[in-house]
Amino acid sequence: MSETKTPATATGEIAADETLEETIWKEKVSLLDRIPRAISMAFVFAVFIGLWHIATSLGLVSPIILPTPAETLKDIIFVGKNLFSGGYMLPALWITILEVIYGFILAVAIGFSLGVLVGETVFGERAIMPYLVAIDTMPKVAFAPLFVAWLGFGIESKVALAAFIATFPIVVGTAAGLHSADENARMLFKTMGATRMQTLLKMKLPMALPQIFTGLKIGAVGVMAGAITGEFLGGGKGFGELIRVAASQLNTPRVFSLILYLSLLGLALYALVTWAQRRVVFWQKSTAAMNND
Amino acid sequence: MISEAPATQSASTADVYSLTQVGKTYARNQVVALQDVSLTLKQGSFSSVIGSSGCGKSTLLKIMAGLIPPSTGRVELQGEPVTGPRRDIGMMFQQATLFPWRNTLENIVLPIEIRDGRDAAKKAQERAHKLLDVVGLTGFDNVYPNELSGGMAQRASICRMLITEPAVLLLDEPFSALDELSRDMMNMELQRICTEQQATAFLVTHSISEAVILSDDIYVMKPRPGRLAEVVSVDLPRPRTLDMITTPKFGSIVDYIRGMLDKGEAL
Repeated sequence: MSETKTPATATGEIAADETLEETIWKEKVSLLDRIPRAISMAFVFAVFIGLWHIATSLGLVSPIILPTPAETLKDIIFVGKNLFSGGYMLPALWITILEVIYGFILAVAIGFSLGVLVGETVFGERAIMPYLVAIDTMPKVAFAPLFVAWLGFGIESKVALAAFIATFPIVVGTAAGLHSADENARMLFKTMGATRMQTLLKMKLPMALPQIFTGLKIGAVGVMAGAITGEFLGGGKGFGELIRVAASQLNTPRVFSLILYLSLLGLALYALVTWAQRRVVFWQKSTAAMNND
Repeated sequence: MISEAPATQSASTADVYSLTQVGKTYARNQVVALQDVSLTLKQGSFSSVIGSSGCGKSTLLKIMAGLIPPSTGRVELQGEPVTGPRRDIGMMFQQATLFPWRNTLENIVLPIEIRDGRDAAKKAQERAHKLLDVVGLTGFDNVYPNELSGGMAQRASICRMLITEPAVLLLDEPFSALDELSRDMMNMELQRICTEQQATAFLVTHSISEAVILSDDIYVMKPRPGRLAEVVSVDLPRPRTLDMITTPKFGSIVDYIRGMLDKGEAL
């Protein structure tokens, strides 16, 4: 046994045994797991770009199918300049933004109302829910031509499709949230002699908020998909039309950069909902809100 | 068969709550959940009901709270028949059920807000502060429930129960979700609060020792059909202390009740 110096004890209370053989050991954490998040992400990104670069520069893929990363970046900058200097792409983006905003507002209004109807009333649950489930299982994009036929080639048909797609998750979130009130809370409100409206406003709805926001987030993703699909299938002057035209001209770098800016728009909407959730459902801060992101 | 509730001992203390031949049959499956239950709660007394699960304890409590109607019999609180939830009935559950979007003070005045509106709730805040002092939560009025421990949350829910100044407190296994140490402590707190407020309390519990340490009268229930088997009077001196748990008298009462519950099991 080698003589090692025992470290000085921090407090005097513990009598330091000179011959104490300490069993301090380190937990094993693999090298990969110790890399910080930012570096890990940057690493994966670099590998992706590297592979992309190799694939294109060696001529493994046709430039029409896949442009080089450099070309794509160049086009991203070009589109960015066009957008920020008020070029012809800006009105297109604006149209798509309007479609998304109107679609989302419509989806929230309809989805929330239907959700309360279905979640709060037995009649709604029995009579309306089955139809909602039935419609929800349909591929909603298939309704796009109908919306075009009904509402024309303008912004209305896109708004309708976007709202149509985004409504269902909001209905489901609201209804499920209203059902999530536990038995104790219901009983407590009963003993306090609360009216149905009081129970709904002061207990069930606040309790439903986390699930309502989950529905809103799914809806926010759906509304983007709806607006772009609507533009693909119903023409118009939005960003989806720019993508369609670029794709038909085999301008692949343009398609890539347009998709990138679209995803920024989607991200912004998602972030907005998440921000609102943090503020409104403030008590959920430390738990589910974090896990969801 | 069914021994009567302790025959009216003296007229000095008034009956606050009385049940006369109360029964409950669930029509849907013809199950007799409760049969011929008669009991009276005297002003300032602490009573418990104990029995195995499925003996109709919670049905009894729900009837007493005015949450469900009885099928037979008469339920009367302060001379008025109970036909629904009432302001003078306070209730507490196994879970504190505080609402996380309201701070402690707002949770406590919730019953007032529901019954009398926001203005009345504002006015009740002063009393809520006093109640917080009573339960030892001074200074926690602005704290949100997420930051309260289980015992603290139950203290807050005691305040919420007391804010309407109820004539009877119905306690549905209020501390059974707490760990044993907190539970013992909260039971002693409950005793102190009930004494201070001169409250009439009715406790549903699974724990024999909890019932014995807190109660003046213990109603032992038996299942199928749910009925009162016997009333055990606990004549340990008040205030009760946790030390009493080790006394022979305490032990003999616990043994007696346990024996009775085991018999119920064999039936």
